[in-house]
Amino acid sequence: MEQGTLEFLWELAPKFIAGTPHSAKLGIEFLSIDIGRATLRLPYSHKLSGNAKSRVVHGGVVTALLDQASGLAAVSAFNPISAVATLNLSIDYMRAATPGKTIIGQASSYKVTRDIAFIRGIAHDGDETDPIAISQATFMHTGDIQNYKLETQEATP
Amino acid sequence: MSPADKDRFITSLKQIPYAETLGVKPLFMGDNFTLVLPFKESNIGNPILPALHGGAIGGFMEIAAVAQILLDHPEEGIAKTIGINIDYLRRGKPQDCYACAKITRHGRRIVNVNVEVWQDRPDTPIAAFHGHFLIQKK
Repeated sequence: MEQGTLEFLWELAPKFIAGTPHSAKLGIEFLSIDIGRATLRLPYSHKLSGNAKSRVVHGGVVTALLDQASGLAAVSAFNPISAVATLNLSIDYMRAATPGKTIIGQASSYKVTRDIAFIRGIAHDGDETDPIAISQATFMHTGDIQNYKLETQEATP
Repeated sequence: MSPADKDRFITSLKQIPYAETLGVKPLFMGDNFTLVLPFKESNIGNPILPALHGGAIGGFMEIAAVAQILLDHPEEGIAKTIGINIDYLRRGKPQDCYACAKITRHGRRIVNVNVEVWQDRPDTPIAAFHGHFLIQKK
């Protein structure tokens, strides 16, 4: 069962990220997925900066990356896997992202109930012990993912 | 707000490339101002529902908070975000969003801001944000 779920997740997740218009616009890429875990990356781009002079990536971009990674971790945390809606997202920003560096967004579930997944996330640019931001989010179960998959495939030409 | 203040504000907004990426626009109504996030296909997070991306709404609210701080105290420069908390209240429909930012405390170094984003009516917000920011007095 778990093996089948993992294979399905590895097939679904890259399409899920590529098929999300906002993630595609920012340049978010899929890296890996496991049950209740997801890792994404976001290469540096000038259009993501919050200040044209300092070139530092805007906090909102880090928010989007952590929201996306956390959402994916929540999808895979439910058994069976489920479509989700974000209820709350809380982020502490520790430092500015280094201009030019790719940002990694990692998220993992630490508790799943029937309806809610509790997810922790971290954004860093190479060194996990020197985080850019730390997040904590809750997601609600919103329905069967199998239907989602079929509709996604129909929606993607 | 004087026309010079308005111009200065528009110029500072243009210095945020990410605001341009999202498509954020200021809207002035007399002395009041609000930020608009006009609907854009690239701000969609779920193409099936469809729904706006939580990250796009979050980024929009952060820009609104920083813009409000800048507008109230232009001498302080761009505030740095320390922490944010967002409640997603309703699905973001594929239409324009409006931000309403309120500063709850403007301290010497820390500013606390609440932002609500709405689409149809201000009393049915789709997301509520509160954040705290670090400012450096020049």
